[in-house]
Amino acid sequence: MITLNHYLALSAMLFAIGTAGVFLRRNVITLLLSIEIMLNAVNLTFIAAGRQFAAVDGQVIVFFVMTVAAAEAAVGLAIVIALFRHRESLNPEAFTSLKW
Amino acid sequence: MAFDAVLFYLFAALAVGASLLVIGQRNPVYSVLLLIASFAALAGLYVLLDAPFAAVTQMIVYAGAIMVLFLFVVMLLNVPREDAAEWDRSHPLNRPGAMRFGAVLAGLLLLELSWAVWHVSTRQPMALSETSPGSVASVAAIGRSIFTDYAFPFEATSVLILVAMVGAVILARRGQGLE
Amino acid sequence: MPAIDPVFIVQIALIVVVFHALLLSAAGMVWAERKVAARLQQRFGPTLVGPAGLLQPFADVLKLFFKEELRPKAADKILFHIAPIISAMTAFLAFCVVPFGPPSTFFGLLDKPVPLYVADVPVAVLVIFAVASMGVYGIVLAGWSSNSKYSLLGGLRSSAQMISYELSYGMALAAVLVLANSLSLQETVNAQAGYWHLFGVPVAPRWFVFVQPIGFFVFMTAGIAETNRAPFDFPEAEQELVAGYHTEYSSMSFALFFLAEYVNMVTVSAVATNLYLGGWHLQPLPEWLGIVWWFLKLSTLLFFYLWLRWTLPRYRYDQLMQFGWKFLLPLSVVNLLVTAAGVLYFGL
Repeated sequence: MITLNHYLALSAMLFAIGTAGVFLRRNVITLLLSIEIMLNAVNLTFIAAGRQFAAVDGQVIVFFVMTVAAAEAAVGLAIVIALFRHRESLNPEAFTSLKW
Repeated sequence: MAFDAVLFYLFAALAVGASLLVIGQRNPVYSVLLLIASFAALAGLYVLLDAPFAAVTQMIVYAGAIMVLFLFVVMLLNVPREDAAEWDRSHPLNRPGAMRFGAVLAGLLLLELSWAVWHVSTRQPMALSETSPGSVASVAAIGRSIFTDYAFPFEATSVLILVAMVGAVILARRGQGLE
Repeated sequence: MPAIDPVFIVQIALIVVVFHALLLSAAGMVWAERKVAARLQQRFGPTLVGPAGLLQPFADVLKLFFKEELRPKAADKILFHIAPIISAMTAFLAFCVVPFGPPSTFFGLLDKPVPLYVADVPVAVLVIFAVASMGVYGIVLAGWSSNSKYSLLGGLRSSAQMISYELSYGMALAAVLVLANSLSLQETVNAQAGYWHLFGVPVAPRWFVFVQPIGFFVFMTAGIAETNRAPFDFPEAEQELVAGYHTEYSSMSFALFFLAEYVNMVTVSAVATNLYLGGWHLQPLPEWLGIVWWFLKLSTLLFFYLWLRWTLPRYRYDQLMQFGWKFLLPLSVVNLLVTAAGVLYFGL
């Protein structure tokens, strides 16, 4: 019997994996991928909750989250390309010139 | 309903496994492809949750557009496989004392997370309500909701996409910026 | 035979039949392409193998089967083998939601009519669109994993072309959805039943192509660009001059790519038949002849595809992209707006 708790637990696991990816990886593209994992975990929560409370708002909000994720991925990748042209490296440690 | 349970565990295992490999393995092209597999598993879960429109939109937007963009960037920039650069080895946080402390903290976090998951799952489970699929899932209902209750966010996202398009074109342009 | 549902058997049989029919149709398309090309060029084409060269595709398959399977040393092992599989898989997957006949009881063998398609999905049109988006990956991965400059360029160009034309494809689909008021292909076909009457005389069937001629044009053009066929096959024709995404592939992998291409053509034509040409409806004839009529319409569209390839010169790549973004996309958006206005104000 699959309950809401199962879906919430799965969503928590995916979110944790995404957060771990953001902290652990040394590649800005994998960083962006981990952010997408987190967004997807949240989408799963919305849809499961929407199904639980028989509301269509779950799917509507997921629709908006996907749109925002698309816009953010596009701009993020454009920034990555611009950074790569500048430094020839995709390691976030290479862009620390504003640190003291 | 046992078939549903089997499908849920299958898709869940695929999603979690693929995500772990995304952050765990070194080749960026494989990471992108594994994330696509994770998205496909999530789309399957959405179908199980009576949300076919969300599932198909997930495949079209996420797996079909955003990931293609990621793949293009990875291929064009010829992203090398990741390995520890030399500044990693001389980083102050790479000393044994710091590593042990970090391992302790990670262990505590893992304990807490598993306690939370176990505690939640042994409580009174909230069963997924048996709604008739037509009421929640129909695309017409979603459309009606988007264009009436959520009309303002809808228009705002169209402005957002326009801004993102202009921003992406300008940021990725070769040259000295605005002339 | 205690509890085996006859409907279940029919569904399994449908899967088997559809799969083999698609394989046969790809073989048939290979033959038809060579014959049509030959006749358009005032020669005969294959005539030796079998009557009128009908066994030629099977001879081709046998030849490809016995060729050596090569892999460049520096190519990525896993991706090199997965790419043609992805292409072929998405091509077959898209046809699963396309209905090819009226709900039939198979001459009274079943008690209630079973719709003739593999999967009954309420959002069928979007599934086709989603699977078409997935098809891009086969080409991109093929181009990249071959680890050769020309393959990479060909693959990237081809996939950029496919995703650009997907937009117009989707907009043309959206205009038909507005008319049909449903996302299911079965409903869309049923919305085209019947005739229009002028002074009591049936003058034209209620096909959407008469209501949406521009939409039909946009859909077919975008479909031809999606399947990388002439006159939009610059990324593929590059291989006659230089190389394309399937340079490094040989024998069965190459065959898989071409299988994918022909099955994609069949799918686009099948979807166009259902959306615009009325599917299987032909009022005076009995219902069960619907499949034959559907097949005739499909063959007409496929012939049109072949005719275009061997008649028109191909677009250069930048002309192709300009055409897609600056002409076809605005046209399809305007088409959608006009259709929506028409449905609102004139109640079409």
